[in-house]
Amino acid sequence: MDILDVLRSVFTVTTFSLAVATATPIALGSYAGLFSERSGVVNIAIEGMMLMAAMTASFVSGYTGSLAAGILAGLLSGGLMGALHAVVSIKYKTDQIISGTVINFLAAGVTGHIYQVYLVPPRWPGSAGTFPRMPIPFLEDIPILGPILFQHQPIVYLMLIITVVIHYVLFSTPWGLRMRAVGEHPQAADTLGINVYFTRYANVIIGGLLAGLAGIWLTLEWVGSFNINMTNGRGFIALAALIFGRWTPFGAFGAALLFGLANALQIRFQTLMPQIPAEFLQMAPYVLTIIVATVRRPIPPAAIGQPYDKG
Amino acid sequence: MAPIDRQQRRASLLRRAWRGIQIPLLAIIISLIIAAIAIIVTADSVPVGLQKVGRGYWGILDGAILRSSGRINTLVAMTPLILTGLAVAIPFRAGLFNIGAEGQFVMGALVGTVVAIYVPLPPVIHALVVLLFGFIGGGLWGFIPGFLRARLGSHEVINTIMLNFVAIFFVNFMVRRPIKDPNPSTVQTLPILDTAELPRLFGTRLHVGFFIAILLAFAAWYFLFKTTWGFSLRTTGLNPNAAEYAGISSKRQYVISMVLAGGLAGVAGIIEVQGLTRVLTEGFAAGYGFDAIAVSLLAVNNPIGIIPAALIFGVLRIGGDFLQIRAGLSIHIVSIFNALILLFVAAPAIIRSVFRVKVETVREDQASLSSGWGG
Repeated sequence: MDILDVLRSVFTVTTFSLAVATATPIALGSYAGLFSERSGVVNIAIEGMMLMAAMTASFVSGYTGSLAAGILAGLLSGGLMGALHAVVSIKYKTDQIISGTVINFLAAGVTGHIYQVYLVPPRWPGSAGTFPRMPIPFLEDIPILGPILFQHQPIVYLMLIITVVIHYVLFSTPWGLRMRAVGEHPQAADTLGINVYFTRYANVIIGGLLAGLAGIWLTLEWVGSFNINMTNGRGFIALAALIFGRWTPFGAFGAALLFGLANALQIRFQTLMPQIPAEFLQMAPYVLTIIVATVRRPIPPAAIGQPYDKG
Repeated sequence: MAPIDRQQRRASLLRRAWRGIQIPLLAIIISLIIAAIAIIVTADSVPVGLQKVGRGYWGILDGAILRSSGRINTLVAMTPLILTGLAVAIPFRAGLFNIGAEGQFVMGALVGTVVAIYVPLPPVIHALVVLLFGFIGGGLWGFIPGFLRARLGSHEVINTIMLNFVAIFFVNFMVRRPIKDPNPSTVQTLPILDTAELPRLFGTRLHVGFFIAILLAFAAWYFLFKTTWGFSLRTTGLNPNAAEYAGISSKRQYVISMVLAGGLAGVAGIIEVQGLTRVLTEGFAAGYGFDAIAVSLLAVNNPIGIIPAALIFGVLRIGGDFLQIRAGLSIHIVSIFNALILLFVAAPAIIRSVFRVKVETVREDQASLSSGWGG
């Protein structure tokens, strides 16, 4: 097979569709970071929030047999982890990077423990399955775009809608304006009567909910069951996507698509060119993250990382 | 007058020592209590849970401290924890957060192992050269994020985490293909040459590496607090702008601290091979680089303090196996400990509000980490 044939069989509609699906948790994770960081709180805990929600969603849906209950529980656990990050870094003014590291460790420990106690036989009642594929009538028939964008499972669509909503909220509503003000210059925002603490708490928790949705994607839409450390760095890749996208929803979405494509290509190449060692292909998304986080000089929100003291 | 003076000084020294350890001590106690609650909640019933906590915690004490084989195992487990702990503490002092000790650990082990297997040298010299190559392997892996931070401002937190994944995939590739033991039934390297091994002591698993680690902890303390380089490094961590104003290049400090850190983590990795495993296997790292973060923070990033902090985590690591054997508990309980200890040490205000005591903070010269992603 010459190189053109390989490329032709790699860059197919299926690959791009796979790219959109695997970009979903990255995009959602980066929006989780966006809410937190735009209001001035560094969030390296996306990974832990995702992992916790993935486990909780699988646990609850397995034991209740209801995917809806799984979604609710997953969102709740993501939100709770967000609240923990908020309390530790806003109320107790702990270094936000350490707070994030604590959450990542805690999530690894708690999910690992619960996995061993409840999510393996003989106790585990079995997975409640995954969300069905929901092709969107008419739109799915559009050539090329149809199969790439409109033949997915529900969280993919949700992610696409959320992307637009966040753009609107961030740049065209009072809520978004307050969020940005608090992230850029909390003292000035406070002077204008904006409650800095409330704004930060609310947005970090919203971020937790979005990371939760990313985690739910992993267990209830992609794999169908929980595995130890199954996030595999997606939360950190999401953070890199956010930085590459310069803290804007469309930018982060584009970066997430890039990672999704890298991942999809990696999967396709593994089957098509077994002579390339799989380990090198598996490395690709992580190397890409380093390159992507390096080539664009980031301009973060000005007050990021600084605890606010009303004083 | 003089004896009273001395007495007073001794009293104030004691008070200072107590101040230094009360936060870590209270943090450990609260963490044990919370983990116990987690165990009880996830047990079949409260009595069963209580029994598990009793058996598990007694197992940790018995398995890691009371029996002599346990004590030896604890010292052996301390070795990589001290070295990777230093690998976190030194960049911390320069204002960088190195989450990449895990990757630096395996890269050091890989480079050192290649020299230990394929480059025959006379005894002693061989072992030392292998150690040096362990340092180089890890140091290179630390250099990358240090350089990227210094030159291009890309954040070391993301880069070190990504390099962990890259290192682990790379070592897996090497161990599965180019340097694999030809014997098809195993996935590991050939054993290292005898000349490259670190001698074991008293016929136990304890090896010379333990003393190398202690020595390097003291050397790191001397470097940080008694040399000009160490001073420049700490000044950069406290206030990079002031350091620049005083003629200290903060960029240089970023690179130096990350190379040293990576090197020490690499030495930790190669010592595990030279002293214990004698081969390199898949999944070699086993989380030392992550425990290191808790070790370093528990020690308030003080190289000497890292020795007792590593002891505590060594006990938990060895004891963790006994949690499983004696009480049927998962080893993940130990990760929960780690997270909680980290939380309470980093946020002493929480302890203060729980115990309602006036706990004085000892963060005399902590650098702030999350000053932004822009560098």
